[in-house]
Amino acid sequence: MSALVQLVGVSKTFGDAAAVHAIDLLVERGKTTVLIGPSGCGKSTLLRLIIGLIQPDIGEIIFDGAKINADKPARRSLDGGGIDTVRRRVGYVIQEGGLFPHLTARGNILLMAHHLGRPENEMLARLSELCALTRFPESLLGRYPLELSGGQRQRVSLMRALMLSPELLLLDEPLGALDPLVRAALQQDLKEIFARLRQTALLVTHDLAEAAYLGDEIVLVNEGRIVQQGSLADLREKPASSFVSEFINAQRSLAVL
Amino acid sequence: MNRIRKTGKQETFRRLLLFSCVPAFLIFLSGSLAAKPVVIGSKKFTESYVLGEIAKRSLIEAGISAEHRQGMGGTIILWEALRSGQIDAYPEYTGTITQEILKRGAELTFEQIANELGKAGIGMTEQLGFNNTYALVMLRSRAEKLGLRTVSDLKNHPELKFGLTHEFLDRQDGWRPLAQHYQLNPQNIIGIDHALGYGALGKGSIDVKDAYSTDAKISENDLVVLEDDRQFFPQYKAVFLFRYALPTPAIEALRKLEGTIDEAKMTRLNAGAERTKNYARAATLYFDSNTTSTAWTGGESFPHKLARWTARHLELAGFSLLLSVLIGIPLGIWASRGGAIGHVILGFAGIVQTVPSLALLALLVPLPFFGISVRTAITALFLYGLLPIVRNTATGLQDIPRALRESAIALGLSPAARLWQIHLPMASRSILAGIKTSAVINVGTATLAALIGAGGLGEPILSGLNLNDHATILQGAIPAAVLALLVQSLFDLLDRVLIPKGLRL
Repeated sequence: MSALVQLVGVSKTFGDAAAVHAIDLLVERGKTTVLIGPSGCGKSTLLRLIIGLIQPDIGEIIFDGAKINADKPARRSLDGGGIDTVRRRVGYVIQEGGLFPHLTARGNILLMAHHLGRPENEMLARLSELCALTRFPESLLGRYPLELSGGQRQRVSLMRALMLSPELLLLDEPLGALDPLVRAALQQDLKEIFARLRQTALLVTHDLAEAAYLGDEIVLVNEGRIVQQGSLADLREKPASSFVSEFINAQRSLAVL
Repeated sequence: MNRIRKTGKQETFRRLLLFSCVPAFLIFLSGSLAAKPVVIGSKKFTESYVLGEIAKRSLIEAGISAEHRQGMGGTIILWEALRSGQIDAYPEYTGTITQEILKRGAELTFEQIANELGKAGIGMTEQLGFNNTYALVMLRSRAEKLGLRTVSDLKNHPELKFGLTHEFLDRQDGWRPLAQHYQLNPQNIIGIDHALGYGALGKGSIDVKDAYSTDAKISENDLVVLEDDRQFFPQYKAVFLFRYALPTPAIEALRKLEGTIDEAKMTRLNAGAERTKNYARAATLYFDSNTTSTAWTGGESFPHKLARWTARHLELAGFSLLLSVLIGIPLGIWASRGGAIGHVILGFAGIVQTVPSLALLALLVPLPFFGISVRTAITALFLYGLLPIVRNTATGLQDIPRALRESAIALGLSPAARLWQIHLPMASRSILAGIKTSAVINVGTATLAALIGAGGLGEPILSGLNLNDHATILQGAIPAAVLALLVQSLFDLLDRVLIPKGLRL
């Protein structure tokens, strides 16, 4: 299976730390790729580059065979122009959910479908489907984000990202702000959802257990560079550097997995 | 009673402000000019109001449509309005023309004045028949006791207390040259408001005050005018100034007033105005004794007047607010994007706010498109209402968390959809708060519109101040306050309708 997204020699530097350097990365279709590494290592920056919130200084990002950053001046990074068509084929979930407080759960989920003028009955059918998929009670769809719990908000955020059946799902520490029980339940649900939908997903986390549980492929990032890529076993048994061992040993609870 | 004059310092300040406001004038252009009636202006004191009413009545009786913009302000405002065609005629005094319009030190003959005005395209009627000059007045009883008859006699009584208006203390033909001329050196001089001064005279807290020779209060309070035995005060002969461009029948109607009002008559008309609190009715006293014309329908019932004032007030405040909203929100959106333009927009709106509202009105009057009109009042109010809306729109938008801005982008919403569906609703609370602030400010400030004859609830307040009549002041002040409270509650209600429920949790 060919890669859905390919990053070729992508570099991006900022005034602060979260820069990335000469990144080459393949996101395979139908698989869950997990970016893991310490805070500020640049893993979120990679997601933001793919969705076009920022532009690479050098290098290319290829989505489904087409370059998406070629003609965009960097200073217009917040205004995508032609990139909007790519964005509609990509779902994006962030840690805080990114739900709009003035819209109900339903309003948030259907926002883009309304914007694109999708037929009403089609939208509602999809909405029911998503509620079932994410185990979100339909009775809560009329609530505003502030009336929902953290876990419920992430489920709504996930539904919003999945509404248009995106080819790629980007998740930036989606479970980072949840308490352990809710987090465990959602991890399980995510795994099921990805499997059911055969969803291509790129997930950012700093939790190795989560990476191991959800990821088909783990990409360890440190100081803006990819240190090693492979399965958890690869990382554990054939560490590419002392950093890999240190990172894995720091999360000892993994021994039980 | 004030004959407002400008000192050199004020003039410089005025120019300075004028230039700082220029960009604003480009923002607002105006509606059409219908076939217009002859517009009579008047200054902000009783006698001028009454003369204005008489001129209006005289034109109407000659079959010419006319309107009277009452109490538009001081000499310079009226002169500029006349020259620019905002008004067609107004009552003026020869002394004021010489000193403040032509700015001559020496006294000019009547013909010289007429010639000078002619160069500016302005005509002058012959004298109306009275000389309203400055005078020093005392209680009759007190003057008789001390044996005072002339200004010169004051020299022998340095113990007398002088209570003089601030303007008189300041004028070129006021206190200082007068004291020099008569070699007066009283020990006790205080500055006091004109209307309050009469009360002070009566109570004996002052002995001498300045007044106008046709002031109705002189006979009312049993005062005597001390004779200007060494001819210090210049002549203030009343005339009408008019534009040469006026149609001949209109000029003839004004000329019919020449020589028809002597001092006694003017004093009586002024007294009538102060007694009845109604300038139009006072003006009918003039016609009643001159002609046997039919009853003048100048009287208007209070509820009718209140409705007229309130409607105009709401028109002024509402229309200016609408403009502030229509222009302020886009400017706020623009400013929220930061950068140099954002600073310029917020800076400009801030500067406008620092110009005193009265000064802003006065500055707009001499400009083309503006002048003495509702348009000017609305423009000034609009400029005033701009800052709260621009600033609140900008901050409301800037306060949207970055994660939410980026989520909207990442979803693939177009920039327009982001603005309308995400950014503006999320900033709605802040924007509405700004609009509410502007609305309340506008309703309050709209009372000043009466100063340039634009009407509204400021009209009774202004007349009341002139007549020193508290009841009349309250007729405007109470409804204006009630209106401000109503506007406040209306917006509290609107908050509930317009701010999305999700933001009110």
